[in-house]
Amino acid sequence: MPVFSYLVYPKPGEKDKLHRDLERLDFCETMPAENEDLLILVTDTPDDHTEKKLQLNLKNMSSLQSLSMTFGHTD
Amino acid sequence: MNVSRRKFIKSMALNSAAATAASLFPGISFGAWKRIDQPSGMIHWQKTPCRFCGTGCGLLVGVSGDRAVAVKGDPNCTVNKGLCCVKGYHSVQILYAEDRIKDALVRKNGKLVKVPIREALDLVAEKMKETIKDHGKDAVAIYGSGQWSIADGYVASKLFKGCIGTNNVEANARLCMASAVTGFMTSFGLDEPMGCYDDIDHADVFVTWGNNMAEMHPVLFSRMLANRKSKDHVRIIDFATRTTRSSQASDRSILFRPQTDLAVANAICHEIISNNRVNWDFVQKHVSFHKGKTNIGYGTEDHFAFNDKAETIDFEEYKKFLEDYTPEKVEKLSGVPAKDIKYLASLYGDPDQKVTSFWCMGMNQHTRGTWINNLVYNIHLLVGKISTPGNSPFSLTGQPSACGTVREVGTLTHKLPHGVVMNEDDRKMAADIWQVPLKNIDPKPTYHTVEMFRALDRGDIRFMWVQVTNPMVTMPNLIRYRNGALKEGRFMVVSEIYPTPTSDVADVVLPSALWIEREGFFGNSERRTQHNAEIVPPPGEAMSNTWQIIEVARRLGFEKQFPWSRETYIEDAWTEYIRFHDSPKHRMAPYKELTTRSGIQWPFVDGKETKWRYNPKYDPAAKGDDFDFYGKPDNRAWIWARPYEPAAESPDSEYPFWLNTGRVLEHWHTGSMTRRVPILHKAVPESYVEINTEDAAMMGIVNGEKVKIISRRGSVVMTASIDGRGRPPKGMVFVPFFDENHLINEVTLDAFCPISKQPDYKKCAVKLEKA
Repeated sequence: MPVFSYLVYPKPGEKDKLHRDLERLDFCETMPAENEDLLILVTDTPDDHTEKKLQLNLKNMSSLQSLSMTFGHTD
Repeated sequence: MNVSRRKFIKSMALNSAAATAASLFPGISFGAWKRIDQPSGMIHWQKTPCRFCGTGCGLLVGVSGDRAVAVKGDPNCTVNKGLCCVKGYHSVQILYAEDRIKDALVRKNGKLVKVPIREALDLVAEKMKETIKDHGKDAVAIYGSGQWSIADGYVASKLFKGCIGTNNVEANARLCMASAVTGFMTSFGLDEPMGCYDDIDHADVFVTWGNNMAEMHPVLFSRMLANRKSKDHVRIIDFATRTTRSSQASDRSILFRPQTDLAVANAICHEIISNNRVNWDFVQKHVSFHKGKTNIGYGTEDHFAFNDKAETIDFEEYKKFLEDYTPEKVEKLSGVPAKDIKYLASLYGDPDQKVTSFWCMGMNQHTRGTWINNLVYNIHLLVGKISTPGNSPFSLTGQPSACGTVREVGTLTHKLPHGVVMNEDDRKMAADIWQVPLKNIDPKPTYHTVEMFRALDRGDIRFMWVQVTNPMVTMPNLIRYRNGALKEGRFMVVSEIYPTPTSDVADVVLPSALWIEREGFFGNSERRTQHNAEIVPPPGEAMSNTWQIIEVARRLGFEKQFPWSRETYIEDAWTEYIRFHDSPKHRMAPYKELTTRSGIQWPFVDGKETKWRYNPKYDPAAKGDDFDFYGKPDNRAWIWARPYEPAAESPDSEYPFWLNTGRVLEHWHTGSMTRRVPILHKAVPESYVEINTEDAAMMGIVNGEKVKIISRRGSVVMTASIDGRGRPPKGMVFVPFFDENHLINEVTLDAFCPISKQPDYKKCAVKLEKA
């Protein structure tokens, strides 16, 4: 049951789209900064398989520039 | 607190990300956090300036759900670097007392009853229209505050001065900062300090003039103490009329008799000249000498009018004027030993010592407030100790936005956001930005604060809207002004957060959003503008004072001037307002910049703040090699020959004591907020009268006994405090004014400085009786 948090950097001008894209994903909570081009993402997946699938979805997201992990926990 | 393990881990994940983001992007804000259905126990932090004094400490408010639950100092704010005072640490509790006003109230059959806020706003607009129709535009007035957010004051000025066409706009900063303003204007031609708080880190000597900073500006006082702790030679000199916590923490405490600071300041200048300590290079290049009218009165009568007239003099005439102020002569008048006056002069005159002077109400609430401000500038100018790091005559502010809203926006009868109503160019600028006809803006000022309340009493003003202040506790000679507000044919609107003696006299009470319940800006003592977001929602139907004014303006037919949406009106008002200051002398930071940082100092030019004005090394508006006092037409700072003149009322055989009033650390102004914070209330539950030990012994008064304080205007019974935290000298009593159950302002005198029109709350004559 992994829990991770990330700072998520959008591609230029795509912060809103990235927010929408992340909101569509299961097991994700996002929080956009009001005054910077940055979002916080917290993922809470039930198992490793789901976690890997989510990681793949994140990697394929066109509006996402980069992810920077700030916290990680696995049971 | 019930938090599951999983929720706790997720909250750790979120906090970790937020902390990382904050370290990478100082001031980053995650406003959406509070709207997320958070696990219990999760707190996120958002920046805001403190709600209380004019220091402008940066706070981080911890929010859980929709509720502010914690406060800590913002380490990214250069003002306080993470430190807070006791009021700041408890500040969010002011939002949540049980008797919070959440609904509009209208007086019906003598009682205030709840109504929908739309109905109350309709009534306010209708009463304004009716009053203007029956009595003229100058029969309506608004009275605000140095706690007004900048947008509040801006829309008030735009509505009243630009749209309605009356200059009946005043604010309680008239009671606390007006002498500082006129002091700056007469000495430098421009308002607000040339220095900044960084002076505290650079100075070798601090002289506090009638200023109990340990209680009134504790965070700045701590910064002074930290400087002294880090450098052995740093000294703090407390120059005051009573012994306080500041005196105890200082290296030297020098007491003077009330009002004689005027004479002592002149004696210091006399001594500097006598000992050839004048910085001639500075004086010859950057200073000119002047004198004004004398025997200028005290304003205790209605319709009092005074206009000063400056005459240029030369140095020799100034030197001759000072002959009356030898240290020995002034010792007799002031009670300050000549050797102490010489000691002060030696500190100011030593070219190797950087000196910062601080003052606040002691010099400003003074019937010669403008003069004493001038005289302290004189000292700094004679020795050239100004506008460089550590050399700073520094007027502190008492309220969070006395500078930002009242002085910069110009919410005083004679002011506009840029300049004054008397100046046609300034009126043209305002008319252009406000999109109103030029003729709307009246070139004649109407009433300063004391005269405004006299006009209410006389019936010249019939409608008054009070926002963010509590004049039925703070006005001097209060009984007259309370009776005036209660007279037949007066209509009082009060925008408030809690019931107060002022809401008691209201016909309509409008529920206000407080501090972090609405977006806003404050401007602190060091020219720093600070933004706060709406961090928690306001309760009930409460709305910001800005939006209340916009709602009424639209009902009065001024939709064109107030077209902004509820989502963006603060940004829109700010963007419009800063057009008034678009020059290197006063350019303000744009909205987006302010939202990301813990305050920005103006002038803000090409992305840079200005720490020291009038010095070309730091100030983009200053020209030349060293200093440029560009506020005055001769590009010089003005030294003024201002004499000692006595107080409006002094002790005599019938009323043998001076009455001095002020504040305490734990309570903010009239206590309407801090007295609702249990720990602050418990610390100082009621006001008291400090009495000198010898006086108390002579009268047989013991600590804790009830004493009646009587003046020619009224009386109040209070508990005696002998040898407490403050110790007045023989012949003086001191009373904090925060307690609405013990209204000391029923005793005080409404005499004021004829130039600034600021009342003197520090000096009147009283007698004491055992109650």
